[in-house]
Amino acid sequence: MAEKKSLGKTFTKGILIENPVFRLVLGTCPTLAVSTSVVNALGMGIATMMVLICSNVAISALRKVIPDKVRIPAFVVIIASFVSVVQMLMKAFVPAINDALGVFLPLIVVNCVIFGRAESFANKNPVLASAVDGFGMGTGFTAALLSMALVREILGAGTVGAGTGSLMRLFGDNVLNGWDGIDLMGKIPAGLQLAPIAIFILPAGGFFVFGLLIALTNKITAEKRLPEYELHDCAHCPMSAMCRHKEDLGVRD
Amino acid sequence: MKYFIGLIIMGILTENFVLAKFLGICPFLGVSKKIDTAAGMGAAVTFVLLLSTATTHPVNILLEKYNMAYLQTLVFILMIAALVQLIEIALKKYMKSLYNSLGVYLPLMTTNCAVLGCVILNIESGYSFGAAMVNALGAGLGFLLAMVMFAGVRTRLESAEIPKFLKGLPITLVSASLVSLSFLGFSGIIEGMKLV
Repeated sequence: MAEKKSLGKTFTKGILIENPVFRLVLGTCPTLAVSTSVVNALGMGIATMMVLICSNVAISALRKVIPDKVRIPAFVVIIASFVSVVQMLMKAFVPAINDALGVFLPLIVVNCVIFGRAESFANKNPVLASAVDGFGMGTGFTAALLSMALVREILGAGTVGAGTGSLMRLFGDNVLNGWDGIDLMGKIPAGLQLAPIAIFILPAGGFFVFGLLIALTNKITAEKRLPEYELHDCAHCPMSAMCRHKEDLGVRD
Repeated sequence: MKYFIGLIIMGILTENFVLAKFLGICPFLGVSKKIDTAAGMGAAVTFVLLLSTATTHPVNILLEKYNMAYLQTLVFILMIAALVQLIEIALKKYMKSLYNSLGVYLPLMTTNCAVLGCVILNIESGYSFGAAMVNALGAGLGFLLAMVMFAGVRTRLESAEIPKFLKGLPITLVSASLVSLSFLGFSGIIEGMKLV
């Protein structure tokens, strides 16, 4: 029973308390880049989650075999192999998402969320717990991406889930009967002249929404008195574990 | 020649790696507190970008020749990691002065998505070796410019009065948004100058 409870906790902590994006501020590059639409965010979230679960399991299973000194290169190889697998799967089954994510799909290799979990969790915990941790963190990452994408897509393009059809092709042709997201702009009465605020789709809007959502998370967590994470400037760098130059860079640790 | 100038301007201004493509956000937010560290980081990224493009481009031709293009991601990340280590050792031994100014930033380069991203983008765009090198130079210089500019903005932020929940990262991101917005002003410059 106690075992079960701790597994549940391992899963849920990734979603809010230790949300990788809003609380630990890991994986900022893909978060900002692919959150222009809900479908892209979902595709990226699922791809990252798959890599995260697989690499967590593999690293955890091999944690006693991998010598501590070469663990970082070993992690790189394991993660890169899984990324290649996911890349090929995406290319084969959801080519539209693959094209939309572009370079950020191979860049999952250097995603700090995956490195961070490998280093701080999978390397120290048994296989099952690591798998659950990967699932929880992946869910938290996907949820964060989705919340960013919702704000940006509604305000910036006036749609919700545009292009869902291309993602759902995974489950067979035309499972949604041609439903392809909600067009909010189309619902506005003809007399009203409203245009989406295109800036939210642009890079500048990405930084802006991300900043505000982190501020919101800070406010919620401060009110709930959740433990405060010291967001030192190396937090979002997967190399911080082995980086010996933190002091020289003039950042506080 | 015109094409190369176009590539450089694109890398620095219109398609800036940090502000338009979201590559290398971690160092952009992490080491942009002071202008000199930002400049050092930018210079190190430019240096590693050029060297890694120069080494991965021929290797990619080899991979494609033997039908192993699917190994790109794995091979490139390992090559970059090895290259960074080699650069560090070589600089330490032969160019002490350069090591003193760039060495600090080198270990951070392996997992910098700007480096891997640029290498992959060069190959996806089908650039020739020359164009890839010029593109890497443009990307590096663009990164350097964004870092130094943003460090300037952040030093001003330090003395500003900021609401409690916006302190730290949120206000940094909002100001990054404004810097990114200012770069939007350059869009169309390539078409306007008829460079590409």
